[in-house]
Amino acid sequence: MRNRGNIFQNIDRVTILLYFLLVFVGWINIYAAVYNDEHQSILDMSQNYGKQLIWISTSIILILVIFLIEAKFFSTFSYVIYFLMVLVLIAVLLVGKEIAGSKSWFQIGSFSIQPAEFAKFATALALAKYLSQIDVDITRLKTKLFAGFIIFAPAALILLQHDTGSAMVFVAFALVLFREGLSGSLLVLGFVLAVLFILALLINKFILIGILAVFTVLVYVLNKRLRKKYMIITGLFLMAAVYILSVDFAFENILEPHQKNRINVLLGKKKDPHGVGYNVHQSVIAIGSGGFSGKGFLKGTQTKYDFVPEQSTDFIFCTIGEEWGFVGTFVLILLFVALLIRLVILAERQRSRFSRIYGYGVASVIFFHFAVNIGMTIGLFPVIGIPLPFISYGGSSLWAFTVLLFIFVKLDSVRMDLL
Amino acid sequence: MRRNLSGRKYIIIAIFIVVAVIFVARLLYLQVIDDSYLLSAENNVLRKNTIYPNRGLIYDKNGKLLVYDEAAYDLMVIPRKVKTIDTVEFCSLLGITDSVFISKMTKAKKYSRYKSSLFLAQISKEDFGFLAEKLYKYPGFFVRSRSLRKYPKPIAAHILGYIAEVNNNEINTNPYYSSGDYIGKSGIEKFYEKELRGKKGVQVVMVDVHNRQQGSYKNGKYDSIAEAGKNLYLTIDADLQEYAEKLMVNKIGSIVVIDPKTGGILTFVTSPTYDPNLLVGRVRSKNFQMLMKDSLKPLLNRAIMGTYPPGSTFKVVNALVGLQEGVLHEGTSYSCNGPQTTPIRCTHHHITPLQLKMGIEQSCNPYFWNVFRSIINNPKYNSVEKAFGSWRKDVTSMGFGKKFNTDIPFEKPGSIPTLDLYNKIYGKGHWNALTIRSLAIGQGEILVTPLQMANFSAVIANKGFYYPPHLVTAIGSKENKIPRFHEKQMTEIEEKYFDVVQEAMLNVFEGEHGTARWSKLEGVKIGGKTGTVQNPHGKDHSMFIAFAPVGDPKIAMSVIIENSGYGSTWAAPIASLLIEKYLNDTIVRKHIEKRMLDGNLISRE
Repeated sequence: MRNRGNIFQNIDRVTILLYFLLVFVGWINIYAAVYNDEHQSILDMSQNYGKQLIWISTSIILILVIFLIEAKFFSTFSYVIYFLMVLVLIAVLLVGKEIAGSKSWFQIGSFSIQPAEFAKFATALALAKYLSQIDVDITRLKTKLFAGFIIFAPAALILLQHDTGSAMVFVAFALVLFREGLSGSLLVLGFVLAVLFILALLINKFILIGILAVFTVLVYVLNKRLRKKYMIITGLFLMAAVYILSVDFAFENILEPHQKNRINVLLGKKKDPHGVGYNVHQSVIAIGSGGFSGKGFLKGTQTKYDFVPEQSTDFIFCTIGEEWGFVGTFVLILLFVALLIRLVILAERQRSRFSRIYGYGVASVIFFHFAVNIGMTIGLFPVIGIPLPFISYGGSSLWAFTVLLFIFVKLDSVRMDLL
Repeated sequence: MRRNLSGRKYIIIAIFIVVAVIFVARLLYLQVIDDSYLLSAENNVLRKNTIYPNRGLIYDKNGKLLVYDEAAYDLMVIPRKVKTIDTVEFCSLLGITDSVFISKMTKAKKYSRYKSSLFLAQISKEDFGFLAEKLYKYPGFFVRSRSLRKYPKPIAAHILGYIAEVNNNEINTNPYYSSGDYIGKSGIEKFYEKELRGKKGVQVVMVDVHNRQQGSYKNGKYDSIAEAGKNLYLTIDADLQEYAEKLMVNKIGSIVVIDPKTGGILTFVTSPTYDPNLLVGRVRSKNFQMLMKDSLKPLLNRAIMGTYPPGSTFKVVNALVGLQEGVLHEGTSYSCNGPQTTPIRCTHHHITPLQLKMGIEQSCNPYFWNVFRSIINNPKYNSVEKAFGSWRKDVTSMGFGKKFNTDIPFEKPGSIPTLDLYNKIYGKGHWNALTIRSLAIGQGEILVTPLQMANFSAVIANKGFYYPPHLVTAIGSKENKIPRFHEKQMTEIEEKYFDVVQEAMLNVFEGEHGTARWSKLEGVKIGGKTGTVQNPHGKDHSMFIAFAPVGDPKIAMSVIIENSGYGSTWAAPIASLLIEKYLNDTIVRKHIEKRMLDGNLISRE
C-alpha cells in the first residue's frame, strides 16, 4: 500500500471531486453574474470570470506544491506559520490598503491580497499543534485560556482592520474545542445566549425577564428533582436577567450604526427595502424569483441587471438561486453537506491527533462560511461580508480555502505513515 | 484519563445537517411555495414604454389638409447623469431663465435621481434643430419624440378645437389616459377624441438597477403596436371658410353656411377668432390666458353659444306656421298705419294694405302681428293654449329651441318659450296673443343660435326638411359616412307653403323695395331675409338669412354681425359675397368686397 514515491497515492478522491465540483459551479456562476454582451467569452481576462480562471489555475499549482511538501512540515512548522501570519496581520494594519472600509489588503501590483483569509489555516494549524500535545487537557482552565488565545489573537487583529466578518469566523473553532473535549454545556450556553440576545432585541426586556421568571417558578413547581438545586436555578435566572439588560445596553452603545441597522432589518424591526435592507431585499427577491427550476443559465434578471450587489463575491448564491432555482440551491447545499461530512469522516480516521484536530478546524471554518453566507443571502442572518467557500469570486479566498483544505488532504494521504 | 469523545462527531454532523435542513426549508418556501418574489423581480426589471400613435389628420370637403401632426420633442432629464454644465448657455438654448432651470431640476430630482423626468415639454422641430447639435454637451439630457398639432392655414379654430394635456379628473375617469397624454378639449378634437387619438402601444423593456434599458422582454411577446388615429373628413369648405373669416375681420358675430342637401356645414365662423397654432405646444397656456382675458372673447363660439332674439327673420317662421295652420294665405292682406299702428308699430314706409309677400319683403311689423294673432286665436283649437302649443310644435320642428346634438360640442339649445313659462309668468288663462305679441316679430322670450338660423335657412331652401347640421362626413376613409347625420328631418310645414315664402325672399334681393336689393348678385337667384335685432346694450345686431340658388339650393346660411345696425348694411352684403364665392368662385363685385373687408365695427377702448 505504501508508496512514498508517489505523492498522489492515498489522496481522498471524494474530497477532490467535491472540491472541483464546487470550484466549477463557482466559476460558471461568476460568469453568469458578471456576464455582459461585450465580454461574452468565459475566458475574457478583463472580467471576473476570466480572472477567476487564473485563481483556479494557480490554486491547482498550490495544490501540487502542498502535495510536494513533506506532510511533517505542517505540524513541525505550524507555530512558525502562525507567528508569521500574526506578523503579517500586524503589518497589514500598518501598511495595508483600505478597500471598502476595511484596512485588510496588501496591494502587489494590480493584485490585492487579503491576509485575513490565510490566518484561518494558520490558526487551525497552531490550534491543532497545541491541542495535540500529550500533556494538554482541555478540561483545564489553563488549556482553555491558551487555546482561546491562539484563536482570538488573529481575530482581534482582524477586528482592528474593521473586517468584522472575517474576525467572526474564528468563533467556528469552538466546534473543534468541543470535539476535543470542551464541555457541551458551553456550546449550549452559547446557543442560549444567542437566543436570548435575539429575544432581548425583539421583545421588551422586562416582559422577557417576566417570562423567564414564570418559567423558573414552573420549574420549581413541576420538577421535584430540580427543586433541590434552587440556588443554581435562581442564580441562572438572575444571570439571564442581567444578560438581557446588558444586551440592550451593548446593542445601543457598542455596536456600530450599520451593524445595528443590519440586525434590525433582519429581525424585521426596521423596514427599509431601499436603504439598509436593500441588499437583502433584492437578494431574497433574486433567489425567490428563481422558482423551482430557475430562470435558466444567463437568464437571471436580478443579478444580470445589477439589482443584487456584490453578485460575484458575497452574494454569488443569488445567481445560483435565480438561474438554477430550488434544484440548483438544493444541489449546492447537498455538495457542501457532503464535503463537511466527508471531512468529519476523514478527520475521525486520522491516527494522529494533530491531523484530526486540523481536519475539524477545516470543517468548522468551511461550515461557518457556508452557514453565514447562505444564511445572509436568504435573510436568516444579518449581512456579514464573508465569501462562500470555493464559489465566491476572489483570489485570496479561493487560495486560502484551497490551502486550508489541501493541507488536510495531504495529511490524510499520509495518515498510514505516521504513528 | 481521556474520555472517548468520538461520539461527538455525530453531534457535529447533526449540527451541519440541521443548518442545511433549515436552509433547504427556507429555500423551499422562498423559491417554490411563495411566488410573490417572481413578481417583485419582474417589477424590478420591467418598464412599460408607451408608444404614442399619430393623431388622426383632418381634411376639408375637398381633401385639403386642415390639421396634421408635426414632430415635437420633450426634453427629458436623468438627474444622476447630469454633470456640471454651462447652465447659462443651456438656458439660452432652451429659452428659459436660470430660476426655471433650477426649479425644474429640483422637481426632477425630487421625483427620482435615476429615472427620467420631463424637463421641458414640446420643443418645436425648429428649436430642436439648434438643441440637437449641442445636446451632447449636456449628459443626462435626452429627447423623447412627441407630436404637435399643426394647422397649415390659421382658420377654423373653433371648429377644430384644440388638444391639451389631460387633467387629473380626466385621468381618474378614463383609464386610457395617463399623465402627459393629450386629449381633445373642444371642437372636433373633443367630439372625435376616440377616433382621432388612435391606440397607444406598449413596449415592455427590461432595465437594470439604474433604469437603463437592456432590451425587449421575451422578444416583444407582451408588446403592442400603436394604432394611428383615424382621419376625419369635414363638410367644411376651407376656401369659403377662409374667405368668410376674412370678411369677418374686425367684426363681432358669426356666419354659418350649410349645404341644404346634406346638412353639412360648409363654413362656420365666429368672430373674433384666433389662430389655432396659438394653442399648440409650450406657448399654449400663455396664449390661452391671453385669449381668456380678451374683452372681445375670442374663445367664445358665438355660432353655437351665442343666443340672439331672431328679430325680423323670425317673421318668415310665423308666416310658414300661419300658412300651415290655415290662418294665412298668399292673398291675406292687412293694413299698416306705419308708426301709428298698434300694438306694434311699423318702421318702414310701404303701401297699405299689403299681402303676405309684400309683408315679408317689407318686413312689416303690423302685418305679422296680425298673422301671429290669427295663429294664437285660431278657432280650430278653441283655446289660446292649444293654439300656442301647435305654434310651438311647428316652430321647434324647424330646429329651434333644441340642440342638434350632432358633432359640435358645447352647443346651446336656444329657447322657444313654453306654455308653462307663460302660465308661470302671467298665470293660467291670463295671457293671450296680445300678451306675447313680441313673438310675432322675433323678440321677447325667443332665443336662437346662428346655427339654428342657418338650419332654418336650409329648411326654407329645401321646402320643409333639413339634415342635422354637422361637421364631419366620414371617419377613416371618405366612404365611411356617419349614417345618423343623413337622416332627413321633416318639419311640420308642408312643401306647398314654401313657394310663396321663397318668392317673397327672392324679392328681398330682386324686388324694387327689397331690403337687400343693394346686395343683389347678377345671374343668381338668392332668397334672403334681413333682421335687425334690438340690443339693449348698444347698437342693434344685424342678422341675415339667405339661400341660393332658389329652386336648386346649394347653399344656405345665417349671418349675424353684432352692433352693426341694419341687416342690409353688413349682414346681407357679406351673405351675398359668400354666395358669389361659393357658386361663382370669383368675386366680381369688388367694391362691395372692399367695403366689407375694410369695415371695422369694433371699437376697443
